[in-house]
Amino acid sequence: MIDLNAYLFLGAILFTCGVCCLMTKRNAIGVLMGVELILNGATINFVAFAHFNPTFEIEGQIFALFVIALAAAEAAVALAIALNFYNNHDSIDVDRAEELKG
Amino acid sequence: MSVYAVLFYVLAGLTALSAVAVVLTTSIVRAATWLLFTLAGTAGIFFLLGADFLGAGQLLIYVGGTLVLVVFGVMLTTQDPRLNLQIGVAEWLIGLVTSLALLGVLVVSLAGLQEPPDAPEGPRSLPPSRQLGAVLLGDTRATPVAPLTGTPQLNYYARVRVHYLLPFELLSVHLLVVLIGAAYLARAKRRRVDAQPPTSSSAQGVAP
Amino acid sequence: MSAKWGLTELFQAWGFSYPGSAEILAALTSAVLLVGFIALAALFFIWLERKVSARIQDRLGPTRVGGYIGWAQSIADGIKLFVKEDLVPAAADGWLFRLAPYVAFCGTFVAFIALPFADGWSAYTSGMGVFAIGVLFMLAVLSTEVFGVILAGCSSGNKWALYGGMREAAQMVSYEVPMALCVLVPVLLAGTLDLGAITRQQSGWFFNWFVFHDPFTFVAFWTYFTCAVASCKRAPFDLAEAESELVAGFHTEYSGLRWAFFFMAEYGTMFAVSGIATHLFLGGWNLGLPVWSLFGAPADLAAWLPWPHPILSVGNLLNAGIFTFKCFLLVTVMMWLRWTLPRIRIDQVMSACLIYLLPISCVVLMGVCLWQLFVPPWWRIVVAYSLAAGWTVFVLAVGVRLFSSTSQFPQASNVAAIR
Repeated sequence: MIDLNAYLFLGAILFTCGVCCLMTKRNAIGVLMGVELILNGATINFVAFAHFNPTFEIEGQIFALFVIALAAAEAAVALAIALNFYNNHDSIDVDRAEELKG
Repeated sequence: MSVYAVLFYVLAGLTALSAVAVVLTTSIVRAATWLLFTLAGTAGIFFLLGADFLGAGQLLIYVGGTLVLVVFGVMLTTQDPRLNLQIGVAEWLIGLVTSLALLGVLVVSLAGLQEPPDAPEGPRSLPPSRQLGAVLLGDTRATPVAPLTGTPQLNYYARVRVHYLLPFELLSVHLLVVLIGAAYLARAKRRRVDAQPPTSSSAQGVAP
Repeated sequence: MSAKWGLTELFQAWGFSYPGSAEILAALTSAVLLVGFIALAALFFIWLERKVSARIQDRLGPTRVGGYIGWAQSIADGIKLFVKEDLVPAAADGWLFRLAPYVAFCGTFVAFIALPFADGWSAYTSGMGVFAIGVLFMLAVLSTEVFGVILAGCSSGNKWALYGGMREAAQMVSYEVPMALCVLVPVLLAGTLDLGAITRQQSGWFFNWFVFHDPFTFVAFWTYFTCAVASCKRAPFDLAEAESELVAGFHTEYSGLRWAFFFMAEYGTMFAVSGIATHLFLGGWNLGLPVWSLFGAPADLAAWLPWPHPILSVGNLLNAGIFTFKCFLLVTVMMWLRWTLPRIRIDQVMSACLIYLLPISCVVLMGVCLWQLFVPPWWRIVVAYSLAAGWTVFVLAVGVRLFSSTSQFPQASNVAAIR
């Protein structure tokens, strides 16, 4: 029987994969992909709650819609920053970003 | 095993496996492809949960917009393909242990959730785009103002108690600000003839 | 009239008792029918393209294979593509290279789920019997085709493919914005996103069609059509696959069956966007000239001829034929445009979208809102009738001028006398 916990587990898997991606990718665009995975995991949680608890059937969808729109906006700005970083350092490796170190 | 359960396992398996593949793959273009499958699988999950408008919105905005933007970023920031941006084994271990610990915390907390009251059995359809639009526009009237021809007359407005007009307007202004900001940040800068030499860290070469 | 797809009821009546099996069979049948339709339509369009281009260029086109009009040329082309060598370049990312045509084709094929060919004849059915987000679903799925193009460009290992793919992706993504705004205009007039409901509101005579509803919707139709041509990467917006500059753009390295998949995807997208235009603006499956309604029969063919089954009826079959004919007409107009207009540069493509079409669609959307709010009903009817009448007169005048012009060339007898 597919109940709420199945969907929440799927959301948890996506969230964890996103966090692992954030930690293990050296390419800045790879880090951005991890952020997208995190946001998708959270969105699945919202919509699952909207489906299984009729009190939240509108609120879950509205939250998910806002998350999708804001994620698109954040991806645009993050990519602009990554492009600037690449133009200044000639490398997309985040380990190169160490001018503020120490 | 009903069709709904089979569909759920197929879609959830596709989404989860693609997400794991995003983490494990070495090439960034392949990671973008696996991310495409993850996002498409998530859209399928939304359709399965009855949120049709959200599923279509996910495909339109995420797959058709954000992912295309990410791939453009990948193309514009290519470097020497012989450079292998990999991390060491120790860092992989730390990453995996932390992620699995996080997964454990999440699973334990969701196992302790109570079953929500009057949870429906089987598939059901969530409120359609008309009600979402009414909520976003702040319309809390009990019945629509004018009847529409050719459309089924369902009880759309019975449950609307709150509206989300202010967040909707804030989101619009936010998107405008982001549009201008991203365009400004990513503009082509004029190269000055007497430009400063590059910083010392990149002048040292590739390997630290 | 229920909009539930009649196949599910048919299979249930034949006694498939395992839960879900009737739905699975109905879904499989719909999928097979749609793939077959897309493949046959692509075959027909390839032949039609060659004939239309030939006639515009004052030559004959295929005339050998299959008699005088060469109708079997497409079949010969298909056999040739099947038996071609399967090439994958050494520098290409093999797995992504093989995946790209299927991603592009899926983006087109899945969009046909929401396209109703007649009342109740769509591949999707839900508990309520309507697909509440028909147009939005089609636009959303058609926008995933961009990724197939990008994958093809990136993974070919060829810089012309990469440039072509990136230009293509930028063009397709940019043109989605004015396209969606123009789609909003008839959705606003109808009050629903469901394509079947929008078409049912345009039944009756052809001045009920939304394209003749007010001047703003008229402009919206032409703007939508331009954006649709651009998003299908057809000329004059096909710089990204311009043969004189980029060899063949993103599908340079593709040959044989993989190329055929890209072309099925392109012709499928052309049919899908024409289908959206037909439903939203041109009355969908309604004939527009219900002369039989003057004698008391219902205007809608499906209501007039509802046998043998309310959904799988003769009236619906005729409606599906009318709808397909209208879509083929729009696709022929796209082909006509391709072989008449010169190609425009990539910066002109982007400026046409962002500087011209996007403000036009915003103005049109605001205009329709204001029209609905402030124009009194009697004036609306006058405008609708005069738009319909004016457009009919224009089309008839163009047709008369085209087909009755006397020949300007010397007669055969004069030629013999000169010689």
